[in-house]
Amino acid sequence: MNETPSDLKFLDSHEWIKVDDNTVIVGISDHAQNELGEVVFVELPAIGDEFVSGDEAAVVESVKAASEVYTPISGEVIEVNEALDENPELVNTSPYEDGWFFKLKVSDENLGNIDSLMTAEEYSSMLDGNS
Amino acid sequence: MNRTFLYESHLGLGSKFVNFSGWEMPIHYGSQINEHNSVRNSAGIFDVSHMNIFDFCGVEAKEFMRYVLTNDVNKIDDGFALYSVITNNEGGIIDDLIVYKFNNEKFRVVSNCSTFDDVNNFFESNIIKFDCEFHHKPSLGILAIQGPESEIALKNILELELSNYKSFSFTEKNKLFVSRTGYTGEDGFEVIGEPKELQNIWDLCISRRIPPIGLGARDTLRVEAGMNLNGTDMTIKNNPFESNLGWVVDFSDVERDFIAKENLFEIKNTNKVKLVGILLNEKGILRSGQKIIKDDFEGEVTSGTFSPYMKKSIGLARMPMAINGNANVQIRNKLLNVKILSLPFIRKGKIMI
Repeated sequence: MNETPSDLKFLDSHEWIKVDDNTVIVGISDHAQNELGEVVFVELPAIGDEFVSGDEAAVVESVKAASEVYTPISGEVIEVNEALDENPELVNTSPYEDGWFFKLKVSDENLGNIDSLMTAEEYSSMLDGNS
Repeated sequence: MNRTFLYESHLGLGSKFVNFSGWEMPIHYGSQINEHNSVRNSAGIFDVSHMNIFDFCGVEAKEFMRYVLTNDVNKIDDGFALYSVITNNEGGIIDDLIVYKFNNEKFRVVSNCSTFDDVNNFFESNIIKFDCEFHHKPSLGILAIQGPESEIALKNILELELSNYKSFSFTEKNKLFVSRTGYTGEDGFEVIGEPKELQNIWDLCISRRIPPIGLGARDTLRVEAGMNLNGTDMTIKNNPFESNLGWVVDFSDVERDFIAKENLFEIKNTNKVKLVGILLNEKGILRSGQKIIKDDFEGEVTSGTFSPYMKKSIGLARMPMAINGNANVQIRNKLLNVKILSLPFIRKGKIMI
């Protein structure tokens, strides 16, 4: 079980984001990878793709099913985790570190929307409520 | 939700559960991929007690089987099993099954979990004309021990010289029914019996480090083995000839009448659709429902997955016979290249393509 890092924000669709100035890193939560099972393929966006909050930005596929990954915030893709191409299982083994999906460059204006996302604590209690 | 008698055992082994047609069954016990490869490389044990067992008994039991199954039980000896389908009058597949012949007056059928009502109604409505009775046996469970080391593993547990039993044969010992059958493409056995006896076999297997295998690996194993899943690769709308199952429709005895015989004979001579294997030549995962495209022809993926043994994406697909060689599959907004292959992908640990 991977501890939920307290510096991340969460969506109810189980993506996490980490803010570093105007760069936002997006991944999926430990709970999400556990539900999916063993990840065997990740389809990442292209660098330069521009997304609006809520867009489908990536697809993560386990042996049993494909799931969409939504961007929680508007921005432009500046980097993708190419390591997932050869080692998609990083999503399972290191969901909050090595298993990140993509980085977005986000404007100051859009960055303000992050406050509406869940804190790690709120996300944890949402999961507890579901179980 | 229904549970098998092994539910507590699954729970203790760390099973993650899935609702499979109203049954709470293990999907995996931690790693579907490791479970899959255990069966290909050594052995594993499955609880498949959700499947249905029907026993048939009567002086016309053989005549009944010859009438309701597309395959002909006349070609097997006592103590052997046969794969078949049952169809409606139009030749649409109701279910696939294995029939076991004890003798001319006693047979056993094992069919899928999800089709109970249709299969039960089918037997009930057709048996009236025959001197034969049938009984559903929900009190019995089924274990499958599959993999190249299954014979060695089970021989000691059952104290039975299993090397005497060929593929698709079966025997009975004490209160257990043991057949050399399975759904994985590997050597293996299925054991039918009362919960008490089966619990004992399960516990012995687990204590001897034969890993439990969930329905997740059961599905990827059968796709690699090129075996159909009813409801997915075939439905009542599909006939055997467009489901890679023409070989289970036996017309060889011209005297034999069976359900949909004339329609199936007509279909056999006019069918232009096939169910084949596909291998994705690019990165991505094939999934059921994806469209296959080549020239003016279109087909559809019926089962698609990641093959843990080949480490590539494979699937089954239904398409016009005119599509051969390579084709495109539409995955989301991309067209990717697939190779069309005859099945199976894997048999007894060997990659066949």
